[in-house]
Amino acid sequence: MKFFESLSIAIRSLFSNKMRSVLTMLGIIIGVGAVIAIMAGGRGMENAVTSTLEDLGTDVLYVQPVNPDAPGAAGMAPGYAGANLTLADSEAIARIPGVLGVAPTNENFVEITYGSETLNSVIEGSTAEFQVMSNYELASGQFITERHVASRDSVVVLGSTTAENLFGDEDPLGQRVKINDKRFTVVGVLATKGGSMFGFSMDEIVVVPITTYQTRLFTQRTPSGEDAVQSIGVLVAGPEQMDNVRADIETTLIKRHRIDEGDKNDFAIVSMDQMIGIFSQITGVVSIFLAAIASIGLLVASIGIMNIMLVSVTERTREIGIRKAVGAKRRDILLQFLIEAAALSLVGGAAGIVFGWLLSLAISFISTLAGFPLQASLSPVHIFIAVGVSLVIGLASGIYPAMRAARLNPIDALHYG
Amino acid sequence: MEMIELENVTKIYRMGEVEVYALNGVTISIKQGEMLSIVGTSGSGKSTLLDVLGCLDRPTSGKYFLDGVDVSRLNDNRLAELRSKKFGFVFQDFNLLTRASALANVELPLVYSGGRYKHIKAMEALERVGLGKRAKHKPTELSGGEQQRVAIARALVNSPSLILADEPTGNLDSASSEEIIAIFQQLHKEGITVAIVTHEADIAAKTQRVIRLHDGKVASDGKAGSQ
Repeated sequence: MKFFESLSIAIRSLFSNKMRSVLTMLGIIIGVGAVIAIMAGGRGMENAVTSTLEDLGTDVLYVQPVNPDAPGAAGMAPGYAGANLTLADSEAIARIPGVLGVAPTNENFVEITYGSETLNSVIEGSTAEFQVMSNYELASGQFITERHVASRDSVVVLGSTTAENLFGDEDPLGQRVKINDKRFTVVGVLATKGGSMFGFSMDEIVVVPITTYQTRLFTQRTPSGEDAVQSIGVLVAGPEQMDNVRADIETTLIKRHRIDEGDKNDFAIVSMDQMIGIFSQITGVVSIFLAAIASIGLLVASIGIMNIMLVSVTERTREIGIRKAVGAKRRDILLQFLIEAAALSLVGGAAGIVFGWLLSLAISFISTLAGFPLQASLSPVHIFIAVGVSLVIGLASGIYPAMRAARLNPIDALHYG
Repeated sequence: MEMIELENVTKIYRMGEVEVYALNGVTISIKQGEMLSIVGTSGSGKSTLLDVLGCLDRPTSGKYFLDGVDVSRLNDNRLAELRSKKFGFVFQDFNLLTRASALANVELPLVYSGGRYKHIKAMEALERVGLGKRAKHKPTELSGGEQQRVAIARALVNSPSLILADEPTGNLDSASSEEIIAIFQQLHKEGITVAIVTHEADIAAKTQRVIRLHDGKVASDGKAGSQ
């Protein structure tokens, strides 16, 4: 018998039991939809982070503390890395040939208050170079200057969204705000930049001099008692200088930190490309993990299909007997039921892709409303995987019922019921 | 030449500890073009004999020669091919696919045997049983007699050498029964071998040969009315 005849028999039998077919497919639709939406959302997050990082400029190296006792990249995890970089390290790096500027930067969350308005924001304690390195333009006033840093002034530069949310139409310049209950004077407002990092807008920040940050806001000391720096951004003269500068930074810090030969470094030098790679890896792992959880739904759906196919085989025992009596072979019956199961899950999978796509649009919409701009994006690979997975589910859950049908003895099947 | 020869065929069903001899040493032969009936009380093994003859079931022991070939040990696929090419079945409760039209039911054997012009062959078969105008109707829209005629058309469509009917009039009123028997007689005249299992004496009387089974054995075999 021809494949297409099996196909048309299978499809007709699915149509003759519409309600049941749709209910069975619902499991696949929801399962595939959830997986698709999660993968699309994950890809959207990855795109957002990547484009934000690329926007920061690529001729930049970041020096970060590392816990030398931790395996692999885990040593770089914030809070685990330990405090061992200092402003003196930063100044030493600044003297390396080929280095245009350094931006030692500490970062944290703060509460910022003006009048009756209070909001949460990311605070960056840094130097004048932070503006260049992070590609910020000024909307008004000035950025943090070397003088501010040298004299630990209580001055703050506001991100555009922060300024708007705190001051509305009022001019923030010269106003006093409270950051974690300490008074700061607004000296500048940044222009809108766009982009976000893990849901935090690049325009919802405040910048203060790093020295002020260390002494007035968050005090963290290295084991030798100096004020700690969380990371040092290094602006390199050009791509061809990258390798030299990287080597020089390493030599300088090994000497300054008195690291013995053969011991692991307590710092890491990461380029923007590497950062992008690390973040893609993180978002990739997270979305695969979530998709794996969501695919438990697919397992349940496949059990549903198997269940319905078994019921269907029992119900249609007589039909199978008739078909066998008029000449159907085992493989004809096997094929008929396998195709039926595969068709159920393929159609379900296709509907699931549409459902997942709608779901990811909803995620984009809601996250944008909530202030975390995220453009969920569905890739052809995801669609291909979803179709493949539903086909495999259909065949896997259909094979046992189909074999039961094919093995029925025509006599038993005809005299059944 | 004999078309069918059964040699000492037994069929044993095991029911728990008990072995039931549905057929117990049946030896018969059937010639091409015969019309015969198989009669007996219920439990005498007449339906089992029909199943074995139609290769729906294998004998437990003994030999079954079909056109000189021993088919009692063929595998499932070869038996399916034989059913599709050599035999046509007609059952007491019609055994039609209820959701398919009369035409689709008649086409069913052609779906499995392959070949072209399914619609044309199926329509021809329906016309032979006088149902050409009811081809698009579903079995539920047809009377019992009409349904049985669809079943006969389905049995005919692959031009079988033997039509096997198991109580074909058991669910029909007498008028419909006569129609059905008339169709079988017509097919017999056209040269098709017909075997009918029945417990109705007047139907058996219309066949040239009557095989009477008792407890799985052939009790008598001869001309109608000669027992």
